[in-house]
Amino acid sequence: MEDFKLMKGNEAIAHAAIRCGADGYFGYPITPQSEVMETLMDLKPWETTGMVVLQAESEVAAINMVYGGAGCGKKVMTSSSSPGMSLKQEGISYIACAELPCLIVNVMRGGPGLGTIQPSQADYFQSVKGGGHGDYRLIVLAPSTVQEMADFVGLGFDLAFKYQNPAMILADGIVGQMMEKVVLPPFKPRRTEEEVRQECPWGTTGKLPNRKRNIITSLALEAEVMENINLKLQAKYREIEKNEVRFETHHCEDADYVLVAFGSIARICEKAMEMAREEGYKVGVLRPITLFPFPTNPIKELSKKVKGFLTVEMSAGQMVEDVRLTVNGAVPVEFYGRMGGIVPSAEEILAALKEKLIK
Amino acid sequence: MTTKDIINPANLVYSKAKLMTENPMHYCPGCSHGVVHKLIAEVIEEMDIQDKTIGVAPVGCAVFAYNYIDIDWQEAAHGRAPALATAIKRLQPDKFVFTYQGDGDLAAIGTAETIHACNRGENIAIFFVNNAIYGMTGGQMAPTTLEGMKTATCPMGRNTELNGYPLKISNLLAELDGTCYVTRQSVQKMASIVRAKKAIRKAFENSMAGKGTSVVEFVSTCNSGWKMSPHDSNKWMEENMFPVYPLGDLKDTEKK
Ligand SMILES: Cc1ncc(C[n+]2csc(CCOP(=O)(O)OP(=O)(O)O)c2C)c(N)n1
Repeated sequence: MEDFKLMKGNEAIAHAAIRCGADGYFGYPITPQSEVMETLMDLKPWETTGMVVLQAESEVAAINMVYGGAGCGKKVMTSSSSPGMSLKQEGISYIACAELPCLIVNVMRGGPGLGTIQPSQADYFQSVKGGGHGDYRLIVLAPSTVQEMADFVGLGFDLAFKYQNPAMILADGIVGQMMEKVVLPPFKPRRTEEEVRQECPWGTTGKLPNRKRNIITSLALEAEVMENINLKLQAKYREIEKNEVRFETHHCEDADYVLVAFGSIARICEKAMEMAREEGYKVGVLRPITLFPFPTNPIKELSKKVKGFLTVEMSAGQMVEDVRLTVNGAVPVEFYGRMGGIVPSAEEILAALKEKLIK
Repeated sequence: MTTKDIINPANLVYSKAKLMTENPMHYCPGCSHGVVHKLIAEVIEEMDIQDKTIGVAPVGCAVFAYNYIDIDWQEAAHGRAPALATAIKRLQPDKFVFTYQGDGDLAAIGTAETIHACNRGENIAIFFVNNAIYGMTGGQMAPTTLEGMKTATCPMGRNTELNGYPLKISNLLAELDGTCYVTRQSVQKMASIVRAKKAIRKAFENSMAGKGTSVVEFVSTCNSGWKMSPHDSNKWMEENMFPVYPLGDLKDTEKK
């Protein structure tokens, strides 16, 4: 029998980090994700696996610790929430340019400004479109359950190392705070020094006589060199778009209308879908699991047979722009959202669907 | 004595440090950075720790430090070198980890990272080149710019009413329980170079002995930024910088 545990999404992140052999966590407290570091401090992985856990003096320091650790080829991560993520953007841009793997968790709260500690999804643009300066992309995973919070830690690290690119778990305050049953991933030992050298020959592990010195940098003053770095990054992002799209659909086969939503809102949309079907409306749900790469093809395919899409978000409408770009006017793409920490109910979503699309 | 005798290795009195690469240096002639680089390279060579040393370069004139010393390097964002070094050292405790930073990097934009790395007593060495100016960006005012000193952003001279006072950051760092060794050196004369090199070695040794953070400040010149000849710069430094930033050990102990 599988070993079910009951815990918060934030706690699941911490457990999963230790179990997937993470080498280091660096963070700064902020609601609604402080349980990540609190749980790690409680579990004391430095006594068991040797994982380093350090409370930094700021999110700026934390992301730059991640930059340092990632440069050594180590499996390192940080977590924060929206205001803290704004502070991390410079560091993330450097890490993306230096092509280093790491895991960044954002448990979103309502903004702008200091905003609210209530849940939100309004950091979609920041996470998916860049956030920091320059042309770069993160691999962005959007969990909708505590189980996915646990699973995406390992997946995020795997993708980060596969593409030498920062990966992000973009969760909302609901998934971070709610308790659900979860099966934690099995224990995987941390890599040995030798394995790190093998897997990350580019890492600053000390210059041995048999190799050139390794330099982790994001600097290239000559325009041609910098353009080539950009071209290489863009080629990598196209590769990620080709290989790593993840999504989930519910009852889209016969649907006339499709609700598009990520994270916990997708679950509320499922409820709205059930209510609509009881009333005789053929409604489906599409949940992007990867926000970058965005599930463009499945949405495009659906746009050939449905009458319209309703994108539902806890924001003023951010992902809806990508849905509209994808659908490209083939059918109407409407939006319903709440802001400032308000979670839309299934009833509201159904009403919006009727008002904006079914009519 | 024939030429052959002169080039006999036994008669060698000076040579390029073995760990210095062949890359031509981008530093201005007369700049202190080059000398400090060479001393660090010599110490790494003498301690035989090339395979165990990781440097963290700053944003500033020394951004390309990684081009010159043949070890593994990471190039940090402006001011964040101590944060990178913290993680590198904690994740690889058997390595010698140092940062190399200018005064703007260490004492303006990176003040928080500097103070907190020192306050945690990270077992790293911090090499701090204080030339009282922002060299790389063209000679603007630094936190360490002297009172009355003219720069591109205080062309009438630093006015304490407007800009505050020269920041004696090393004195501040010496107050922290996490630092074990804080010293102020210079590299304008043979005797000072010898002392500076000893300080570098001590900082490296402290970091491996787990004594806490070592900070070696090099009171330096920036003849381009100061708009003086290298010779005049050295003289100006001795006359004007040393009274504000007096040389010598500020602290030499174990962390608490
Ligand atoms: C975030 C950020 N702000 C500003 C800069 C521009 N900048 C580059 S170097 C520098 C000052 C460096 O001065 P200092 O640390 O004293 O070193 P020096 O060049 O004198 O050796 C500044 C402001 C930058 N690269 N990044």
